[in-house]
Amino acid sequence: MAKIIIDNKEYESDESKNLLEACLSLGLDLPYFCWHPELDSIGACRQCAVIKYKDEDDTKGKLVMACLEPVTDKVRISLEVDEAKQFRADNIEALMINHPHDCPVCDEGGECHLQDMTVMSGHNYRRYRFKKRTHTNQYLGPFINHEMNRCIQCYRCVRFYKDYAGGKDLDVFGAHDDIYFGRHEPGTLENEFSGNLVEICPTGVFTDKTLKKHYTRKWDLTNAPSVCHNCGLGCNIIASERYGGIRRILSRYNGDVNGYFLCDRGRFGYEYVNSKKRIQFPFKKQNNSLVQIEKKQAIQEIRKVAEGKKLIGIGSPKASLESNFLLRQWVGAKNFYAGIPETEGKLIQKVIEIVKSGKVNVPSLNEVKSYDAVFILGEDVTNTAPMLALNLRQAVRNTPKEQAAGLNIPVWNDAAVREVVQGNTGPFYIAAAQATKLDEVATQTYRAHPDDVARLGQAVAHAINPELPETDCSKEAGKLAESIAGALLDAKKPLIVAGTSLYSRAIIEAAANIAFALKEKEKDAGLFYVAPEVNSVGLFLISDKFLDQAFENVNQNDDAVLIVLENDLYRRTDKNSVDNFLQDYNDIIVLAYLENATTQHATYVLPAGTFAEADGTVINNEGRAQRFYQVHVPENDVESSWKWLQEIMPVGTAESTIHFENIVYNLVKTFPDLEGIQSVAPPADYRKGTQKIPREPHRYTGRTAMHTNINVSEPKPPEDTDSALSFTMEGYSGIPTAAITPFYWSPGWNSAQAINKYQIEVGGELHGGNSGVRLFDKKNSNIGYFKNITKTFSPQKGEWYALPLYHIFGSDELSAQSPAVNERLPKPYIALNNSDAWEAGVKEGDLLGIVLQGETLKLPVKLNTGLTKGTIGLPKGLKETVGTRFPFWITFKKIKDE
Amino acid sequence: MEKPLTQHIKNDNTWLSLKDYEKTGGYQALRKALKLNPEDVTKEVKESGLKGRGGAGFSTGMKWGFVPLGEDVPTPKYFVVNGDEMEPGSFKDRLLLEGNPHQLLEGMIIGAYAIQAQFAYVFLRWAYHQAARAITRAIEEAYEAGYLGKNIAGSDFQLDASLHVSVGRYMCGEETGLLNALEGKRANPRSKPPFPGVSGLFGKPTVVNNVETLCNVPHIIANGAGWFKSLSKTDEGGTKIYGASGRVKKPGLWELPLGVSLREILQEHAGGMQDDFQFKGVLPGGGSTDFLTGDHMDVTMDYAGVGKAGSRLGTGTLIVLDDKTCPVGMVLNLERFFAQESCGWCTPCREGLPWTAKTLEAIENGKGEMKDLDILNFQTRYMSPGNTYCALAPGAMEPLQSALKYFKEDFEKHIHEHKCPWKKE
Repeated sequence: MAKIIIDNKEYESDESKNLLEACLSLGLDLPYFCWHPELDSIGACRQCAVIKYKDEDDTKGKLVMACLEPVTDKVRISLEVDEAKQFRADNIEALMINHPHDCPVCDEGGECHLQDMTVMSGHNYRRYRFKKRTHTNQYLGPFINHEMNRCIQCYRCVRFYKDYAGGKDLDVFGAHDDIYFGRHEPGTLENEFSGNLVEICPTGVFTDKTLKKHYTRKWDLTNAPSVCHNCGLGCNIIASERYGGIRRILSRYNGDVNGYFLCDRGRFGYEYVNSKKRIQFPFKKQNNSLVQIEKKQAIQEIRKVAEGKKLIGIGSPKASLESNFLLRQWVGAKNFYAGIPETEGKLIQKVIEIVKSGKVNVPSLNEVKSYDAVFILGEDVTNTAPMLALNLRQAVRNTPKEQAAGLNIPVWNDAAVREVVQGNTGPFYIAAAQATKLDEVATQTYRAHPDDVARLGQAVAHAINPELPETDCSKEAGKLAESIAGALLDAKKPLIVAGTSLYSRAIIEAAANIAFALKEKEKDAGLFYVAPEVNSVGLFLISDKFLDQAFENVNQNDDAVLIVLENDLYRRTDKNSVDNFLQDYNDIIVLAYLENATTQHATYVLPAGTFAEADGTVINNEGRAQRFYQVHVPENDVESSWKWLQEIMPVGTAESTIHFENIVYNLVKTFPDLEGIQSVAPPADYRKGTQKIPREPHRYTGRTAMHTNINVSEPKPPEDTDSALSFTMEGYSGIPTAAITPFYWSPGWNSAQAINKYQIEVGGELHGGNSGVRLFDKKNSNIGYFKNITKTFSPQKGEWYALPLYHIFGSDELSAQSPAVNERLPKPYIALNNSDAWEAGVKEGDLLGIVLQGETLKLPVKLNTGLTKGTIGLPKGLKETVGTRFPFWITFKKIKDE
Repeated sequence: MEKPLTQHIKNDNTWLSLKDYEKTGGYQALRKALKLNPEDVTKEVKESGLKGRGGAGFSTGMKWGFVPLGEDVPTPKYFVVNGDEMEPGSFKDRLLLEGNPHQLLEGMIIGAYAIQAQFAYVFLRWAYHQAARAITRAIEEAYEAGYLGKNIAGSDFQLDASLHVSVGRYMCGEETGLLNALEGKRANPRSKPPFPGVSGLFGKPTVVNNVETLCNVPHIIANGAGWFKSLSKTDEGGTKIYGASGRVKKPGLWELPLGVSLREILQEHAGGMQDDFQFKGVLPGGGSTDFLTGDHMDVTMDYAGVGKAGSRLGTGTLIVLDDKTCPVGMVLNLERFFAQESCGWCTPCREGLPWTAKTLEAIENGKGEMKDLDILNFQTRYMSPGNTYCALAPGAMEPLQSALKYFKEDFEKHIHEHKCPWKKE
């Protein structure tokens, strides 16, 4: 730590930081634009100017940019002297000369960093009296709106998009005062992280197009701290509502999970919540169609139907722990099935077994950025866990970055570090069943059938620990295994990444073996598994039975009642099996968000709350339990499934009336391993002083007018008895603890960058600690190596091994039903490698007929050089391929042109 | 009077071939240098006092000394010749490039040897077609004669060189902007530190030297630092190619001892003002230097002398302002150029220069207001050194701030009369 003197006051600061970071971390207001805690310094905007003094006798000092000056012991600076203040005001005046001053019609208005910094600098009177320069805007696709005239040329967009996220289609064009940030031509921004431009841009150049369609000012939004439900990583989000609709998603900073960013599926895949297909009220099957009924009627009838009957419960990885647990309690453990087929469930269980053992470190998503060598087995992370891909892109720069450190270039000097690093990456190895987007930053790639990916992994493990079984692989693969092992051993922090997406247990085991072997060599190894859904891990922590077992236990007396929780079974497995299963039951109660194939078979459908209308706990891939909170109280009957379950349970059942926290308490009693979930968030009776934490900001307007077209008296606002949050603007106005922070807002800081005030140090931990509890950190059970070696894949003549190919937009059920994401869905296809296609006499675009679940599908051929011979790829989770149980063997027929 | 740089340049628009150059003693300095330790070459150049002739005037030997030598240093290292002569009013490097390309190459190879570089680039202004032909041919000849490639002149030293013709931006003349351009990136400058000697081209140790600077090097090595120092009239060493443009009788270039007086250049070499034209002021070192006036005729034209007078030696090429040319118009012309050439990276330069140019344009067109003078004065403070990312904008402010000082009445006259007094109705 160094002592620094700012405006004659002494402070302590970290010498690895620059003066801007130091000032902000000390809570001082120093305006900036081009700097960002995750993008570091470039010194372009000149906004963070301060006066730096040579020594104690220096009275004049020199104007410097705080972001480019290191913290050094006894450095003396001033933010407040006139020269510094005047320069900062002058600078704002200059960068505003071409700004349109269109705040009243700008989507950023009221949460604009440029507005904040302008006010902070004191500039208000405009002297520029000439014409402004104007630009033409571009169509950038369904996610992002472009308004270039507002640009102040801070360069943060391209630095994030190109340098940080690896995007290729956004750049800076032109020169002097005619700088343009856009695409080479109008078109959809292709990068998976484009949505972060909305938060990275300090003004209204890049704004959220989905918000624009139902625009609301920040101050009129009701917000809740939430967790993204669109993949298994559990990124933290702020979900915001007005007039009963979710308006937008912002990243909720969590230094242990997603940091500042989100992927586009996470940010824009929320609109299914507002869909016309939402189940908003209870429905009852009458004359083969579903008819809306009163809530009261539904509850009474269901209670009657279920009374005294055997109950079968199907849980869901999309539902909270509490909802799953309550269903399990009601139907009984032996009648509760995880709504996942065995092929996938066993893999999740395997992952849990390894993660839970605590044998090697399972890093958090954000910690991934700190590893200096990476080996991915099988997983196409850009599509199965996008934010992991973003963080791996940072990790691959760590080894080359050491060179910059060797030249005494501070880590925060981004431009200089990038100059030294150039395009160098590595060591970074990817073994996958096809080409993946991260291949472009890989040291070397290996493409093979999942079994051979696993075999390469086993060979690497053997190379690290010769006591492990040997794999007789090809000379080429053997050499690669040696070099991967060498690179991992040379690294300080090697990371192994795998997952469940290829349905290969061997891959999961091979990954574990490598990590175990590295740990034995005293490496600080990390093992990161990708889990498929938001609560896949949580679900299998409280259940051990698969969908297949539910299917096998035939409902012999026809008298059992089936309860399906937040799960469209037709997405889980093939149509015939689900049809047969559902046919067995006369009474099927389905709790669902949206109309789907399963609700069509229900006798009763109950409107289940999504993340937007429900409270609950979910557990991500690393075993981190996190709480999400309902955003608003809808005017329909939608509510948390656990609430519905309480209501339809027989009156008098112990669980039917207990508080949310007692569900959690009971859960922990049944599953002591999950003890940590009790401390995931402050209890419902937590108060700051005597106050709850408001979901609405202090400047929320028009509450008294919202319903005046119906009734002039203001209705009593709803109360939240389940959490420490309130649904109104009244309550504590300071900084709450991280787990229950519904929005970022601080005096003078109205934009998302108010987050600076919520962190102990900018870019660091939040006040009260980052939220979420890792459940397995204390465990250290002794799990052994996995000794099985899979056989090498042998292609068959006339038959192909069908692999699932994942798409960030399309493979996930719910996000795909959001209109903006829906525009990005791929067309269905069948992927063949070039030589298989050549042998079969087909070319790109030819139609092939395949039989999926008894139905013939005509799919166009997409050539995919990355696929191994003998395998084909089908897009996972699209309407046309849904329910397909991968992997399987398939034949295809060329369909003649008519 | 010795004129080491220009003595062999022919007047017939042809350049010295390798053969001709060798006849003048060419490449002997290189042979001599290759027998010295690289450190000793740098030491000799340092002792000579040679300062960068591109405008900034930084010690060449010191610059070379920043590059790490030895086994465990980043490689490859680069040596770059800055031939992107785009300073308004400057055309001195052109003479050297077109007239004696081998003299430059020899300086470059010696410099590359001193820092133990593996690659050298000549970065050339796009418009210098004749120079491009000369350098291309000279590099071919140097390879053929063994002055480039492996085992240069029988030594262990190896150097490859090539010509890079710029696409043409003023910013490419700034050494770090040049390096970015050479990497294929936007010609934005870089923040220093790190300096190019530590992290330059492609992040490797690099030296960038101006053409005229490097042409001095073979002579320093051949004749020694003491000889070089003795060439100048002051203690800064060497000769300088001075130039003059504007309404003088004999505009042109002259190699003279560093430190001759402004008067001598203007009166003796440029022949004084043309008949009917009076001297009003002069930019002593190109477009981005402060005006000097008739009161400064005895200023010695070296780094210290011009500095003391409130301007900079810059490139040493004078732009003379006469009484029949509007000073506001002249400054406007310069500021339009600088505004156009701003890379758009930092706020003051990107926004301040066009604002300055538009304000001057309003004044020149009779639409000025008295408060415009406050704006112009504000701009000169706002874009002062240190406030901007590189030296472009502060340089652009030099002619403006001095014009506001020396020709204030002319600005006011424009505003009061609502027209340019020099413009005919």
